[in-house]
Amino acid sequence: MLELRDVSVGYATPGGVLPAVRGVSMRLGAGETLGLAGESGCGKTTLALAVLRLLPRTAHLSGEILLDGEDVRAMSWGRLRAVRWAAASVVFQGAQHALNPVRRVADQVAEPIRLHTPAIGRAEVRARVAALLDQVGIPARRGTAYPHELSGGQRQRVTIAMALACEPRLVIADEPTSALDVMVQAQVLSLLAGLVAARGVALPLISHDLSVLGASCERLAVMYAGRVVESGPAPAVLRAPAHPYTEALVAAAPIVGDPASRRAPRGLPGDPPDPANLPDGCAFHPRCPVRLPGCATQDVALRRVRSGHVAACVHAGPS
Amino acid sequence: MTPLLQADGLHVAFGAARAVDGVDLALHAGEIVALVGESGCGKSTLARALLGLRRPTAGQVLFDGAPLPTSARGLRRYRRVAQLIPQDPTGALNPRHTVYRSVAEGLRIHRLTDGESDRIAEALSRAGLRPPQRFFPVYPRELSGGQRQRVVIAGALALRPRILIADEPVSSLDASVRGEILALLLRLRDDLGLAALVVTHDLGVAWSIADRVAVMYLGRIVETGPAEQVLRRPRHPYTSALLSVLPDGQAPVLLPGDPPDAARIPSGCRFHPRCPLLATSTDPELALRCRSVPLPVLTGDAGSAVACHATGR
Repeated sequence: MLELRDVSVGYATPGGVLPAVRGVSMRLGAGETLGLAGESGCGKTTLALAVLRLLPRTAHLSGEILLDGEDVRAMSWGRLRAVRWAAASVVFQGAQHALNPVRRVADQVAEPIRLHTPAIGRAEVRARVAALLDQVGIPARRGTAYPHELSGGQRQRVTIAMALACEPRLVIADEPTSALDVMVQAQVLSLLAGLVAARGVALPLISHDLSVLGASCERLAVMYAGRVVESGPAPAVLRAPAHPYTEALVAAAPIVGDPASRRAPRGLPGDPPDPANLPDGCAFHPRCPVRLPGCATQDVALRRVRSGHVAACVHAGPS
Repeated sequence: MTPLLQADGLHVAFGAARAVDGVDLALHAGEIVALVGESGCGKSTLARALLGLRRPTAGQVLFDGAPLPTSARGLRRYRRVAQLIPQDPTGALNPRHTVYRSVAEGLRIHRLTDGESDRIAEALSRAGLRPPQRFFPVYPRELSGGQRQRVVIAGALALRPRILIADEPVSSLDASVRGEILALLLRLRDDLGLAALVVTHDLGVAWSIADRVAVMYLGRIVETGPAEQVLRRPRHPYTSALLSVLPDGQAPVLLPGDPPDAARIPSGCRFHPRCPLLATSTDPELALRCRSVPLPVLTGDAGSAVACHATGR
């Protein structure tokens, strides 16, 4: 369904090229969910934008991005337009900004349908929009509302309805719930999980919140400074993280009710590195609690921890 | 013991919307209380009223047992001892001011200008920005999100407050940085005896640092008590539902509908239209009470209490 081969993205700036994504490879089949975790600036959103060629002109992309075996980079503009929405679509964070404030939400959901099937009749568009809104838990009569008349959770669900309008087989969800309340977040996540189960949608889910991803995804990939530093089955990555950065992210999410995390907030000293000034060697070494002298000069490639689980750390290896 | 800060029958209305609709809440010296709820529940309005930034429509805020002053001068004095830590440090800092000037601003407003640079150095260092002098000439854009939040906290600490009211203090920060800021709030309590009211939608934050938790729903506190009790053995069905949808929770209870409207508060128990207990109840007498009999305002002091017809007996 989706395959990335050694994808790198850099942004041209007056000071030189800033590496945002550095050599990422991954694959995702129909009906699969992949959680992509990482903090701001780790390159996860750049990667999502790259899949649909939505990057700004200042971005340089290398490597291959295959959608159903077809290289997205080689597509003509016409082909690309057909692919966006119809084959693959994106749900972004901050729904209130993605919707047009002066158009009724039903019209906005109808727009991709009209664009992709120009011959479609009015009544049929209306029926499909009603069905889509219903699918995301919004009564069809609310379609006449303007975005400001809806709650944040409803607006985010409208953007999900838009993303589904042309029945894509790949839906990229970039922080779809991080602006939402816990209860609404749970509703949106269960909606997305339902789509995967019912329609075999392939779902890359991007979030800074490892525990949200762990609960919704079969596989996890953790990014740091533009690289995947660990990936594997979600339960294995969460229970036995093999990279110290993953370990820190797991520890940073307190488990409510667990005495171990009571009055013991845990973070990681330091901050994610500036892409313009990446540390030598392993990019994580300045913050790493278990670094070895060699880590400052020698970067480590992903290595096998156990079947299907890899990590880029000198300490990682089959146990 | 007189609470340091107390809301007493507090109401704040915006026209027909009763954002805070009868709240009793106490914060004692050296105590961290988490005020938990979803957006629109009134928690931020309550925080603003406690800071004296929003005048209550009824009820009062007491500091050290006395009502908040109403004069501009008295309020200014109060706002020195009760400091707000806002959600978004980037919006709170003037991008054209250095760290020194940002932290000095409060001192200058309150005319605490002797030993200014020593006060600023001490505050930055308490907030974990060390050595402080290195940060004096730095602009916000040169700092990470976590460091900016530390500058904001230093600005509050410089005034030697007794209370911090933190509105979602870590929700705009990266996961790996959040723990560091929460640990700082705990340390400030331990070292300086600072009391803190932490407004958050994140139960994980409450579990990490709070002594007591107050759960707010539609303008009222519906459950309150020690954090261990409220978060491990919740009694209100709303608290239970919030806990059940945590990523590691078992059997999530998804409440129907969106958070309701403060301009149309349901009769009886305000939670009844979404209540999973009522939906599955077979007791007609209880159902009638839930729909029609209002619940009393919980006393917000050190004990534990729940506003529920079914579980509150």
